[in-house]
Amino acid sequence: MEFFHFRKPIPFMRHRLIFNLISLVFFLLAIFFIATRGFHFSIEFTGGTVVEVTYPEAAPLDQVRGAVSDLGYTDFQVQNFGTSRDVLIRLPASADQNAAEQSQQVLSELQKAQPQVELRRVEFVGPQIGKELAYDGLLALLFVAVGIVIYLAVRFEWKFALAGMIANLHDVVIILGFFAFFQWEFSLAVLAGVLAVLGYSVNESVIIMDRIRENFRKHRKMSVAETIDLSVTQTMSRTVITHGSTQMMVLSILIFGGPTLHYFALALTIGIWFGIYSSIFVAAGLALALGAKREDMLRPVKKDDEVPGEELA
Amino acid sequence: MNRYPLWKYLVVAVALLIGLIYTLPNFFGESPAVQVSSVKSTVRVDADTLQRAERALAAADIPHTGAQFDQLGPVGTVRLRLANTDLQLQARDILERAFNPDPADPSYVVALNLLPASPSWLTALGAKPMYLGLDLRGGVHFLLQIDMAGALATRYDTMASDVRTTLRNANIQAESIERVGNSIRIVASNDATAARINDALRSQLTDLQVSSGNEGGQIVLSAQLTQLAIRTVQENAVKQNMSTLHNRINELGVAEPVIQQQGADRIVVQLPGVQDVARAKEILGRTATLQVRLVDDSPGAQSALAGGTVPFGLERYEDSDGRPLLLRRQVILTGENLQDAQAGFDDNQQPAVHLTLDGKGSRIFRDVTRDNIGKRMAIVLFERGVGEVVTAPVIRGEIGGGRVQISGSMNTTEANDIALLLRAGSLAAPMEIVEERTVGPSLGADNIRQGFNATMWGFIAIAIFMIAYYTLFGVFSTIGLAFNLLLLIALLSMLQATLTLPGLAAVALTLGMAIDANVLINERIREELRAGRSPQQAIAEGFDRAWATILDSNVTSLIAGIALLAFGSGPVRGFAVVHCLGILTSMFSAVVGVRAITNLWYGRKRKLTKLSIG
Repeated sequence: MEFFHFRKPIPFMRHRLIFNLISLVFFLLAIFFIATRGFHFSIEFTGGTVVEVTYPEAAPLDQVRGAVSDLGYTDFQVQNFGTSRDVLIRLPASADQNAAEQSQQVLSELQKAQPQVELRRVEFVGPQIGKELAYDGLLALLFVAVGIVIYLAVRFEWKFALAGMIANLHDVVIILGFFAFFQWEFSLAVLAGVLAVLGYSVNESVIIMDRIRENFRKHRKMSVAETIDLSVTQTMSRTVITHGSTQMMVLSILIFGGPTLHYFALALTIGIWFGIYSSIFVAAGLALALGAKREDMLRPVKKDDEVPGEELA
Repeated sequence: MNRYPLWKYLVVAVALLIGLIYTLPNFFGESPAVQVSSVKSTVRVDADTLQRAERALAAADIPHTGAQFDQLGPVGTVRLRLANTDLQLQARDILERAFNPDPADPSYVVALNLLPASPSWLTALGAKPMYLGLDLRGGVHFLLQIDMAGALATRYDTMASDVRTTLRNANIQAESIERVGNSIRIVASNDATAARINDALRSQLTDLQVSSGNEGGQIVLSAQLTQLAIRTVQENAVKQNMSTLHNRINELGVAEPVIQQQGADRIVVQLPGVQDVARAKEILGRTATLQVRLVDDSPGAQSALAGGTVPFGLERYEDSDGRPLLLRRQVILTGENLQDAQAGFDDNQQPAVHLTLDGKGSRIFRDVTRDNIGKRMAIVLFERGVGEVVTAPVIRGEIGGGRVQISGSMNTTEANDIALLLRAGSLAAPMEIVEERTVGPSLGADNIRQGFNATMWGFIAIAIFMIAYYTLFGVFSTIGLAFNLLLLIALLSMLQATLTLPGLAAVALTLGMAIDANVLINERIREELRAGRSPQQAIAEGFDRAWATILDSNVTSLIAGIALLAFGSGPVRGFAVVHCLGILTSMFSAVVGVRAITNLWYGRKRKLTKLSIG
């Protein structure tokens, strides 16, 4: 079986302006939504208490809301979690240090109405910890971005490194844009997913760049744009097959992984699709726009690979 | 040309064997067990306790299938494995009766537990099942923050009184000595006095750093703790709070509690299986207290003790061996006056416990010892409102300077225990809970099932696709992927890294990403075939050329993984550990493992004309 078998290189570079415009529009939209709507952070970042309870039958959400507001809370959320029997109650961080006892209080209040309510999970995070986690998260993102740029710059050349990084940070911003637009819950697991995607989609750019370098050596007469077209076309099969396989796994997490992993899988899904897009249409085009030349890639030739010429058949 | 030297096949075979052995324990599940641990800090659990438990079960005719004694730091635990839950319950009752004859005052905790049911030869190899995090098996997780500012303030208070004592002993008159924030302010009337104060403090209180200044004609000396001393205060506060927590958690009868320091001033407490959060919090927050009192050994008191009465002004306590003592009601010192307790040796090289008292404590201690030579002094530890005499040494002479040595009739272990007890009796500094996670057992089971299902269905989908798309090479890739999973689980079991739900997600995701290496190789082989290479050449070139790319792409993934490991905490770290390990195993299995299979299959066929690669 073979899905991708092109006889001629696809002229991606000819249309790179359009592709980059599409990317730019998405990117700006994402920034706009992040700026205007902000994120719906999980309590891991904001501090507060989450109580998950399960009812023997469909949970009476209004009754739960009533019970919680009877306890004197005003800024809280009650919602179903996964199934109609599971309820997630989010309580704000309280200045009162006994916040960790909130859960006990809420549970006993709920059990007054329905004794069979079972406590599934409690999470309490102090406001201080939340700030630290947010800070550490940003630090991790920075570390990954800088680390990858340095690696790519050493391994290839700075123009390609920068282009690869921009393309992939653009993916990250778009994932974040989705989370801001739909107000999906942004938790630590989502952050982990975003960073994993960042490392993963950089692979993509690496593989294309590897091929560009190889083709620069083989096809000395081709122009830079043609070489990039050829390289992207040659690696496209692998890009789609790999991402497709990874997506199957992520889809499986989305379907079977339960509510806790839901947004994690969602972040990965968006990351994978935009990763395909940005690797094929954006990264190499950006490198070209930055003025990448044959000499940039071929300068540090250590061994002369005498590779016989090869054409797509 | 596509033949591996024998050693490469051997490497793969050995990896496969190790993978199988260490993955195996995960399939055996767990068997019921009963565990015995100590409630009281004065009661030790050791190898003798194990024999005692075995005798008790043998006497009741209950067969056990395995027994073990584990020492984890100062805490010993005896575990007995039983064939089924009925026997487990019976054994628990019997051991409960044997170890706690007086139910009102238990010395031991006899708790139900689960132990891995792997056969003994696996356990002997050190093969254990993966260590499941709280979100997979249920339990409570606390992150406690120690109030270091409070600990330092206390230290400055005692330091200020030490300064007073030192200056008085040296006959130096200071205008005023007081603690101002995190420093001690000493006002001297003239330069000569200031210089004498400076000398006295520098020679006697080496923890202090003194600087002087001039304020409106007065000489003001400002003394601050050295960086080293501050660090010592903080380290001791963490250590003491941790050992106190250890002692208290033992009372809860938790099977495998985790108490770890995190950062400079935080302690993580994980109690698997505990559902009663309220009680756990109550016990963690409780304060144990320490008191020093005089023992009344007068003939009148002795006869009253023999007659079973307690004279007015006295109280009856028992030591750890159950011997009764009559103590004066008056409390000489409390745990607050005790700064440190360390095990060591006395001048005759006999085991001893060295106590360090604060300034106030030292003064009182000197006066009391001077007036009561030849009498006994008892150190009493109050836990849960019940006092127990830790030690009751005879006062041999006046003890000044706040350095007290307790020696005689103890061995090194006892000295260590007493020192620990004295240190651990109370919290060094207040703590507050800054993070809490409670996971019910039903949620834990759900999480395992969901994580497992996600991985399994994802794996099946990828396998079907790979085989359909690449035919025989797809089969090789799938075997490689299974090999990767095996190695990953084996590695996680070997390292006993905590597996959490995000970790399970990482297992799935790593598999999804690992297939990349196989796709790269297979695509490359197809390309080489298209370019007119012979099948054998195409295999060799495909693997060789894909290798550089695979390495590059995995390095970038690894950078992300390491960042998560370095900056992540809690759930993210669980994800990162698995992610990083998975990247390493996937490179090995895809590049070395799959190549080995391919070589085995195709390597010997000289006249190969066609590859089954779709």
